[in-house]
Formats: sequence, structure tokens, C-alpha cells
Amino acid sequence: MMKHYLSLILVVSVFVVASGCSSNKTKEEGAMIDDIEDGAPIDLAKEEGASMGLEDEGAVILDPLDDPASELFVRTIYFDYDSADIREDSLETVREHGKYLSGNPERLVRLEGHADERGTREYNLALGESRAKSVQEILVLEGAQEAQIELVSFGEERPAVDGTDESALQLNRRVEIVY
Amino acid sequence: MTQRTNYFLLSIFIFVAITFSAPSYALLEIEITQGVESALPIAITPVAGDAPVAATLIGSVVHADLYRSGFFSIVDKQYYPQDADAKQVEYERWRNNGIEALLKMEVTAIGEDQFKVDFELFDLVRKKRALGHSINSNKKILRKVAHKISDVVFESLTGIKGAFSTRIAYISELEKKKDNKKYILQIADADGFNPRTVYASPKQLMSPAWSPDGRRLAYVSFENERSEIFVQDLTSGDRSKISSAPGINSAPAWSPDGSYLALTLSSGGNPDIFIMEVSSRKLRKLTNHHGIDTEPAWSPKGRFVYFTSNRSGSPQIYQVPFGGGTPKRLTFEGNYNAAPSVSADGKNISLVHNSGQGYRIGILDLQRNNFRLLTDGSLDEGPSFAPNGSMIIYATHHNNSTVLSAVSADGRVRQRLRLQEGKVREPAWSPFR
Repeated sequence: MMKHYLSLILVVSVFVVASGCSSNKTKEEGAMIDDIEDGAPIDLAKEEGASMGLEDEGAVILDPLDDPASELFVRTIYFDYDSADIREDSLETVREHGKYLSGNPERLVRLEGHADERGTREYNLALGESRAKSVQEILVLEGAQEAQIELVSFGEERPAVDGTDESALQLNRRVEIVY
Repeated sequence: MTQRTNYFLLSIFIFVAITFSAPSYALLEIEITQGVESALPIAITPVAGDAPVAATLIGSVVHADLYRSGFFSIVDKQYYPQDADAKQVEYERWRNNGIEALLKMEVTAIGEDQFKVDFELFDLVRKKRALGHSINSNKKILRKVAHKISDVVFESLTGIKGAFSTRIAYISELEKKKDNKKYILQIADADGFNPRTVYASPKQLMSPAWSPDGRRLAYVSFENERSEIFVQDLTSGDRSKISSAPGINSAPAWSPDGSYLALTLSSGGNPDIFIMEVSSRKLRKLTNHHGIDTEPAWSPKGRFVYFTSNRSGSPQIYQVPFGGGTPKRLTFEGNYNAAPSVSADGKNISLVHNSGQGYRIGILDLQRNNFRLLTDGSLDEGPSFAPNGSMIIYATHHNNSTVLSAVSADGRVRQRLRLQEGKVREPAWSPFR
């Protein structure tokens, strides 16, 4: 449906460009196509504007967050069973995020804490928050401001993957760093 | 024929009767985990009368109710005396086979979809008619009538008020299309039949809790991308957000008189138990520790709050006076004891226990300080006591899904309620109506 809709927009846009700027005619043709689409009206004027590049598309920004070789590219921190301690192998990643936030005080981040399905749901909601809090502590130690950081726990309610084997459970015991 | 085979046949009977009767939303399976030697042998003779469909329904529901309570063994009809159908009950002949109680039922059609349901209970030990009633019923409320019969029979024979007419609330998770989940707070009859939707959301729902009058549910919703507590009136459907402090808002539990809610808030930096006065929404901090304190549950008179805390390093159950004070640790076996649910008499706490074998439902006798496991699953959770303390309902993994099960408080009889759709979890047994 979406695809269909998009191709229709494309057709309309091409038509508009090809038929020049005769606005009267364009509107008529637009109405026709509108009728064919049946129930999914197209704001032709808006599409026309977009196709002519009148809207601000924003500049392309190269952010260190988007460097695949950077520690900052790692946005998920994994935890041991029933533990909120940051593992040795995750420490560097979390520190780098802290330094980044410290150097970019306008950036905000949300830490989403999660747990695997073992144990009770309410305890896991609390555990997810403890994990997010552990990440927050290191971010702050590295100079991030608390005001830059939002904490939320989803407990075991939003697993990253389904499954009950240890590999699945491990992937679910996590904090997601969301910029 | 052995006792065990009897029960096997009985469970098949119940399965068949319920599968082929009425439009049903749930399948009921009963499994016997241990012998039931001390259960009271009761004979339930085939329901008589001129309305066979209604009679089969009533008979199967009463059978299932009494059986799954764990208090009764239903005697196979081969042990009935030859004149079992006689109007006059010959006590001696019934007693000869060790049968202690006899339930006779009759369903008569008195109009279109209208029935008269008669039942009589005989105490074969004391050789007397214990009770009898005649109930007018329509087709719609036949299950209700059957549960009522079970309640009356149960109370007469055990001295404990029957809880078969009560309800359960629970959370269902449906995934109709991939990555398009729906979360539904539902209530159903205590045997899983007759489910109705209380609230449906595209975001997660958690922790339903009944108000003591059975008219409202408190629960946690993630509809605003974080945990918040709502209270919903079941009759009007009105819902209001009662807690959305920074951090976690969860684990609501009503005080026995309904004037307070215990809940878990982490607005102070870490999860602690708070007491909220429902009328004013004023908060008082009940526990104060840098570890996790959550899952509050009230003692029957509201004098104590039980809760889960990891202050010792692993989750364990603690008790604190309502007015505050130093929490006292109650569980010492195993490295995981959580989610306490208190029996109506305050003598037992059911909980989730793990000592390396898996997450299982156990029961802690507070007076004898004695702990017993009731289930043998790997991921059992969410125990909730029936209001009469006779059974505990919980969630368990089964065939790659989550289903509700009920276990008798002595652990002898387990019953699986399998609702047709989705993963079902977090059962909360209603109070008596």
C-alpha cells in the first residue's frame, strides 16, 4: 500500500515537472489522479513543493557517533545475570559515551534498561533501572551532566530477541544508549 | 483399577465434556502430580433430568471445580452401589466403598433456555442430607450456577468458603502480525472461561491488582513509554493515572480496607516501597535502602507489608510494619525468593523460588517457618492466592508460550488453564464478591 502510494507520488511529481508550470492544468490532472486513488487524497501542492526542493533539507553532519570504528558506535551494553555491574569489556565503550556527552553538552541521551525473562517481572523492572543507573554513573564520572541523561526501565517487557536459551537471554540483559 | 488410572480417566472426561460443550474460550486440563489419599472421596452421580446439554455442562463444571481444589477425589461410578439412582439414599451401601459424600443434581427444562437446577448433598459419614437447593437459571448463567453449587458443596464439606465463583485478572500478549503486539488486561471466571477485556494497548501492561471490593483494578501501563500506575473502574470503565513520578511507578497493591495502595517508586534514586493514601494521593516512604525494594503485599489486617528486596545480595522476602520500622528477613532458602502473595488467613506466603533448579512456586508457612515447593517448572512466576487460600494461580511456560496454571495449596493437584490466544501471564485472583 505504502509502496503504491509512493510510486503514485512519483508519477504525480514527474508529471508536474514534465508539464511545466501551468498550474491550472496541473490541478485538473491532480484531481483526476486523486479520484483514482480512492480514499487516499494527495496534497498535490505540498508534493509539488517538495519535488522542487523548496523545503530545508538540513545540512549533512558528520558526527563521531556515526563512525563504525568508534566505541561510540556501540550503543548496547550487556550485563551478567541478576547484575547491574558494568563488565570490564564494556567499560571503555561507556566511558567514551561519557566523554562525548561531556564535550557535546547540547546532546541528550536516553538509557533504556532491560532484563531477561528469568525472575519476576517487577523485580526485573527494578533491575533494568539499576543497569541504566550503572551506565549513568560512569557517564557522569566522565563529565556528562545529569540533565543530559534520561533513564527508563522496561524490565523484561521488551526483549531484543525471543527465545529462552542463554544466547537469547544474554542479548536481552542490556542497556540501550539512545541519542 | 488404581486410583491413578481413575483420575486419568476423569481428566479425560472433563477435557472431553468441556471441549464439546457450549462455546468455550478455554481448555481445561488437569494433571495429578501426587497421590490424593487424604482427599475426601465424593460421588457425583450423572446429572438427571430432561435437559441433557445443560446437565452435561453443569456436571462437568462442578466435577472440575471440586476436583482441581485438591480437597476431593471424585469416585468412579464402578464403585457406586447397584441402586445408585434410588430416590432414597441408602447410606450404608454407599459407605461400604469408602465414599464419604454424595452429590445428586437434576436439570429440568422449564421454558425456552430456562432451567430448574436442583441439587442435594448427602453426608454419608453422618448419614444425613447435608443441604439442598433449587435454582432457576437461564442458559447464559449455567456456568455461574454450577460454580455456585461447587461453592456451597465445598463449604459444607470442608468448612472453608468456596472460591469457584470468583474471577481472575491477567495480562494477555497477542502477536497477530510480526512486530505488531497487543497487550490486553482481561478478567475471566476463576476457571479461565468467559474472558472479557478491561483495557487493550499497543504498549506493555503489567501487575494487575484488585481493589478489596472487587470493583477496581490498579495496573502498570507503558502507554507513555515509561511505567505509570493507573486505576480503572470495572463497571464504568473510567480510568485515571494515579502515579507518574520520575523513575519507576509499579507494583500496586491495595490495603485490605482499600484506603491505601502500596507501590514501588524510584523517584528517590532507587526503588523503595511507598504507601499512597488513595483519597488524597499523599505518599509516605515505607522502606529506605539503596538496593531494590519492590513487590509489596499486605497482611490480611493491613498490619504488615511483605516485599522483595535484594539488600542481602540476592532477592529475598522481607516484612515491615505498616507504620514503618526495620524490615525483617523471612526467606533463607535458595538464592531467589520474590513476588510474595499472602493467604487470606495470613499464615502462608506463596512466592517465586529458585535454588538452581529453575523458577518455581513455593509456599512459606510463617508460623512453622517451613518452606515447600509446589511446582516443578523452569520459569513459573506471578503466584496469586485464591481468596479462600485453597489454591494458587500462576504463570508457567508451556509449548513455547506462557499459560496460567492453578495449584492446590498442598501442591497435590495442578490444573492448566489454556486460553486460546496469545501468551497469558500475571494472574491476580479476585477477592470474594
